[in-house]
Formats: sequence, C-alpha cells, structure tokens
Amino acid sequence: MVTKVTTEDYAAASEIAWCPGCGNFGILRAVRKALVSLQIEPHRVLMVSGIGQAGKFPHYTRCHVLNELHGRPIPAATAAKIVNPELTVIAISGDGDAYGEGGNHFIHSMNRNVDITYLVHNNQVYALTKGQACPTTDLGYTTRMNPQGAWVSLRPLALAVACDCSFVARGFAGEVDHLARLVEIGVKHRGFALIEILQPCVTFNNKNTFQWYKQRVYKLEAEVGYNPGDRAAAFNKALEWGDRIPIGVIYQKERPLFEEYIGVSAAAPLVREEINPLQFRELMNEFK
Amino acid sequence: MTVDFNFMIGGEAGQGIQSVSFILSKAMMRGGYYVYSDQDFESRIRGGHSFSRVRVRDRKVRAPSEEVSILLALNKDTVDRHLDEMKPEGEALVILDERTVRSGLADKGIMLDVPLEQLAIQSTANRIMSNTVALGAALGAVEYDFDLLAGVLRQEFSRHGEKVAEDNVKAARAGYDYALQHRGKKFGQRLKARRASTKIFLTGHEAVAFGAMVAGCKFVAGYPMTPTTSILEYVAQKGRDFGVKVIQTEDEISAINMVVGAGYAGVRAMTATSGGGFCLMVEGLSLAGMTETPVVVVLGQRPGPAIGLPTRTEQGELWFALHAGHGEFPRAILAPGGIDDAFWLTIKAFNLAEKYQSPVIILTDHDLADSYSTVEPFDLSQVTIDRGELLSEQEVNQLTAYKRHLITDSGVSPRALPLVGKALVATDSDEHNEEGHSIEDAETRRQMVLKRMRKLDGLRSELGKPRVHKKRGAKITLVGWGSTYGAIKEAQELLVAEGLPVNVLHLNEIWPFPADDVALILRGSKKNIFIESNATGQLAQLTRRETGIKADATILKFDGRPFSAQYIVNGVKKEAS
Repeated sequence: MVTKVTTEDYAAASEIAWCPGCGNFGILRAVRKALVSLQIEPHRVLMVSGIGQAGKFPHYTRCHVLNELHGRPIPAATAAKIVNPELTVIAISGDGDAYGEGGNHFIHSMNRNVDITYLVHNNQVYALTKGQACPTTDLGYTTRMNPQGAWVSLRPLALAVACDCSFVARGFAGEVDHLARLVEIGVKHRGFALIEILQPCVTFNNKNTFQWYKQRVYKLEAEVGYNPGDRAAAFNKALEWGDRIPIGVIYQKERPLFEEYIGVSAAAPLVREEINPLQFRELMNEFK
Repeated sequence: MTVDFNFMIGGEAGQGIQSVSFILSKAMMRGGYYVYSDQDFESRIRGGHSFSRVRVRDRKVRAPSEEVSILLALNKDTVDRHLDEMKPEGEALVILDERTVRSGLADKGIMLDVPLEQLAIQSTANRIMSNTVALGAALGAVEYDFDLLAGVLRQEFSRHGEKVAEDNVKAARAGYDYALQHRGKKFGQRLKARRASTKIFLTGHEAVAFGAMVAGCKFVAGYPMTPTTSILEYVAQKGRDFGVKVIQTEDEISAINMVVGAGYAGVRAMTATSGGGFCLMVEGLSLAGMTETPVVVVLGQRPGPAIGLPTRTEQGELWFALHAGHGEFPRAILAPGGIDDAFWLTIKAFNLAEKYQSPVIILTDHDLADSYSTVEPFDLSQVTIDRGELLSEQEVNQLTAYKRHLITDSGVSPRALPLVGKALVATDSDEHNEEGHSIEDAETRRQMVLKRMRKLDGLRSELGKPRVHKKRGAKITLVGWGSTYGAIKEAQELLVAEGLPVNVLHLNEIWPFPADDVALILRGSKKNIFIESNATGQLAQLTRRETGIKADATILKFDGRPFSAQYIVNGVKKEAS
C-alpha cells in the first residue's frame, strides 16, 4: 500500500516563534516540499537540532524530534542513524551551532560519513544571543561584542571539501524551489550531506540582507562545464565569496558509509536485536 | 596451614611486567588458589619503574599486601625500591640476574642469582625469553606444579604460533629447574597446587565491560582515557561477535551525545571515561536528565585535579558525580566494591537507566579498574533484563496520541521508540510539555520538574541496602564505599584476630542515598571511622548531609596508591588508643 504523503502531513501545530520575514520560513517550506516530493512518511523522519532559531525547526515539522544541546546535534544524529538505519535522519544547526560550538563534530562527522543530512542555517550572525559575530561573519563587520570588526571569516564549504565530505551544497532561503531540490538530492545521497543555507537575519544582520544575497547568488547548474566530482574545482568554488556566491551542489563523491564499515544495516538494525544474557557463557570461559 | 603469599615483579615499563604477572596469577588460580593482582605503573611508555603484585591465598583475597615473599627484580631500581618491603629472611627471596642487575645483594641469604639471559639463549636461542625464564624461576623457587604454568603459557602464546608457545614453555622450564636446584636452604616456602579451579580471573573493568554486554548494551561511544580505555577496548574486541558497536569519538562531548542519540533511538548505550572526560560530558549528562533518556556512564576515577596522577588511584569524584550537570534532575550512582559488584551493578545500571529513563553513573577507580581477582563464574541465568515502560508496537498503535513526557505519578512516562509503531517521539533540551515541545509557561515548568524528580522515589526503592558486617562486641564501625571494600573487610579480619572487633559498613549503591539504613547502623556504633581514598572525606560529608551524623574519625589516603588492610589496621589502632 502506498500512502500519498502531502504537505499537510508535515504541518505541525506548534506556534512558530520566528521573527516576521525570517529566512527560516522559506527553509521550512523547502524542507517540507522535499520530504513530500520524496514521499517519506513523517514517522520515518528524525530531525535532530541544536540551539538557536534553527534549533526550533523540528518542532515546526511533524516528525520525530530530538532537540539537542548547542553544537551537539551531529553526534546524536549519528548514533540514532547507526542504531536504526531505517530512519531518515536530518540534523539541523545554525552557523554558531555547526561551525562554532560544534566545530569538532563538524570536521569529524564529515570524515566519518554516516548517511545523514545536515542543514546549516547560515545567517552570518548570532541572532538568539542578539547579534554577535559568528565564524562566518564577513571580515570587518562590526557588532556590539566585536566593535573592532569580525577578525576571521570561515569558509565552511571549503573546509568540507578539504574533509572530503561526500556531499557539499549551498542553498538560499530566498530560492525555495532550488533549495527544496537540494534537500531532496541531499537526503537521497548515500553519506553525509552538508547543505549550507544562506538565510538573512532580518533583525540582526543589516549587511547580508535578502537584497544583498539576491544580487550575488548564482546557480551552479547553469555554470557550463562545472563538475561537482572535481575536488580541486570544488575547493575553488567553495572559496568563492564576494560579488558572486555559488548555490547548488559544489562537491559530490561516493564514499563508503561508516555504518556499513562497522557492520550495521537497515535490514538488521541494532534497535531490533534481542538481548540474551546466556549467549555470553562461552565468552566468560575466556576468564578461566 | 593458611597460605598468604605475595609475589612482586618489578622493572621498567616495556619489560613485560604485566604479562609475567598475569601468567603467574592464572597459573596460581588454576592450582586452586585465590589470587589478587594489582598493577603500579607510571604514565610513560618505556622506562621508569613499574611493578605488579600477585597475592596468593587459600581463601578469598580482595586487596594487596605490602609484605613481599618473592621479588622478581628485572632491574636494580626494583631492588633499591622494594627491599624494605620483603618479609623476614627465611620467608623472602629476591630473584634476579646479577650479571645485568648488579644488585650488590650477593652476600645476603635472600638472593637467588639466576642467569636469566643465558638460560633463555641456551633453551630457546632467544634472548627475549628472559622474562619467561624469570617467571619459571619464581614458580621453581616454591616448587609449584610446572604443568599448570606450561598450560597457561601455551594458551597465552598460542596465537603467536606453536613454536613461540613451546619456546616459552622451554624457557620457563629452564628457569624453574635452575631455581629448584639453587634456591638454597634459607628459603623454605612452598606452594603446592591444591585442586582444580572452576573460578574466573578478571579485572574490575573487564567485569564492567562484560557485564554491559550481558546486560544487552549494543552501543558504546568513548574517547580513550586511562583507566577506562580497557572497557572500550574489551567491548570493541569481544563485542564484535555479538553485534555490539563501539565508536571511538572525536571527544567526550561527542561520546555522551552519541549515547543520548542511541538511547533515544532505543538501544542500551554506554560511555566510559575518567574525571577529565567526565568534565566534558557534564552538559550531555544534564541533557539526558532533561530529555529523560537512559544513559550509562562509567566514571573511572583517578587522582586529580586536572591531569593529576593519570595511572594511579583515588576516590575523589563522589561529589562530582553527585552534582555533575546544570540544573536538578534525578540520577543513580553505583560504586562497585569488587569484581562481583562490578559485574552485577553494571547490569543493574542498565535496568535502572531504562526503568527510570535517567542517567546512571558507575563510579569505579583505577584500583578496581586494573586489579585482577579470582571470583566464581557469574551465574548468567540469574541476570534479569528490565526495560521498564517500553511500549511495544501493538501498544503504540493503540494510542490515539503519544505524549513522550506524559505526566505520571511515578514520574516515568511510557516510552515509545521511533519506528516501533507510528508514534512520533519528540523530546527537547528546552523545558517542554508532555508532547515534548518547548514551552515557557510557569505551570508546565513546575509540573515537569516535579514529574522528573518523582523518579527519585522509585530509584530509592530499587537501591540495595548498604553492606554490613557486624562483629560481636564491636564498638567501632569502619565505613567505606566503592573499591576499598576488600581492604576494609580484610582489616576487619585482622583486627578481630588481634582482639579489637570492628563492624564494617560499605556503600556500593550510593545515590539516592540510603539515609535511614546508614543512620541506623551509625547510631548503634560508638565510634564511626570513615575510610576513603581522598583528602576531604567525601562520603563522611555526604553522610553528615543526609543523616546529620558526623564522622568520629577518618582514615584518608590520597597518595595515588591503594589501601592495604595493614594500613587501615594501623590507622584504626591509632584512633582506638
């Protein structure tokens, strides 16, 4: 029996606590659209989020929700996928979550390559703590906590390509259909799929506005001759930031899955394994 | 005649001390003896000074002795450091190769000069076998049954091929025969094999790791740190055949959050770390409390603060374990007193974690972690697995709406797992409503705090009573917790034998604190002496906080070395006089 999944299935009852005009609304539309397009039922989806406005995201989507600590969604999402590979696991972070507090997990999860999708909402500012610089804030941009201007600006997608992350993409909250398509490809991708989403903060970032992004973003699909399988080209593309900002699939590569490497599969998930103390009798004899 | 014999093997790190000690111990166990073996080593890979003691008795032994019968000195440093610990002449023997060690002991009657290297080369053409020659000499000196030693050697070295195994047997034989012929008249001790053994011989952390697997733990995440690396490694190696997955994480923060993810998704999961790593896990522990996720954390204490003495022992983290985590949430703390406890309490930890959907901390220390002891095999048919209020697929599908954090009288909410039925399972690190979605209103917050804290009542009812050993006429009670049980129990035996009867009160299930039981015993005693491996008397403080009863005295040891019974006896006598 095939159940037809509709957008309504993903509509959660919780009251949405985002600022009017926030880029998150576009992301929410895009993710719902992608899940409907993939025809995945809500109870097959686990969303694990961190803290910040992005952290609220799973509460606004009908699905399993594990709202984690700041910077920590990735380890929990990783383990949940290993324990039960039948779940479609989507981890959701903000830029502070992913690149600041969770930087170590970010690097190592890309190396590990567990089959999860990682959506990073990047508005280039810490919004929930009211406007401080984040790892991706543009150089020299001043905030109350950084009156001398932001000192470094991380290029997370270049870091991802350097880590040989098996899927690296960038979307824009103002391009909902394009973003939905990216999420769809990312969820289908076998391995760790990083999708960074440019998402203007209408309250605290007065530089990187919708308008600012709109004038700069361009779609990689339209770039003649661009090959996401070419790592060196992808690295250069991931560094591109300024007058032109690429969106689309930057890098994609087939790599073995960590969960297969350690011997777990959807056919025999750990969560369904029996507990039988008596099977350890022989092992105990090794202590004799 | 009772047997209480103490071997010591000393040398540099890298000289194979642990393996000599292990093989000697197993050979003794197989001859029907009880064996306790501890390790003392520095935080370095080669060089320095390491030693291991192998204490052999004809009745239970749970702690080291500080009086050495046979010292196997692989370098001169060992002689210099440990000569003072030898038993009196006639009961003591130092085995060494004077050609390499140059001890200066030549004139003393306690020396047995064995040409270890020469015998190794003669018997196997392999200088490396010197250690095995020494091992053979130790057993030859006491006329132990050689076949028992040969059996262990074959078993231990068979993975390196038959030739290696047989060469080891030959080398041991050479040392054995040499010692038998040359041990002289001044050393009259003999150790005869008693009967075939049915026992097992393992460390505290092997018992924890094995117990976790028996309890059905399917997922372990951890970052290597002394002394709990042994748990991670045991499960990584032995768990492979049983579908247990071990992830070496990028840090301890990842480890605890993975365990939360695995616990949420529905398997029994554990992490193991030491104080420094536990510091990093504290935020995740609090998350487990808030999301009501079952997690088991082994906290293997070592002396701190910071890096402290990485390879040594202390009980300095009881208060840390009690209070770790921001905010208030229920937890259980178990502190095994020995190998049996380590196994059974680990199983209990997993049951409690799932029944109360809360973190459970198993508090061990370096002494328990690395010391070997003989115990009866665990009766696996006695193991019960209680997964608490875990909903079946059928139960889930009968629900009209599922509330992960349903408010109940017990504080425990029936637990659904993702993809076991169609219920949506939502939980949140923010304060949340029954559905698991974040809230800010005051009344829901209040109700949720009360709901979680009600679980403490259930936990309290599950915890066993403290262990009490009373002696007729005793006016003094010795109070301890965790790994010091063995030394305290033996101290009681020694004191009774000397005409100073004392009671023992030992806590191995510490939190929720069994205040009524503890108070009853302490009030019935004239003088309560707390014995702890820390500088501040953490259990004494906790007892005062929970019962109002102040310790009359403390015997505290915080030099990084384990208690011996004699050390406690000396301390008690001082307090009693």
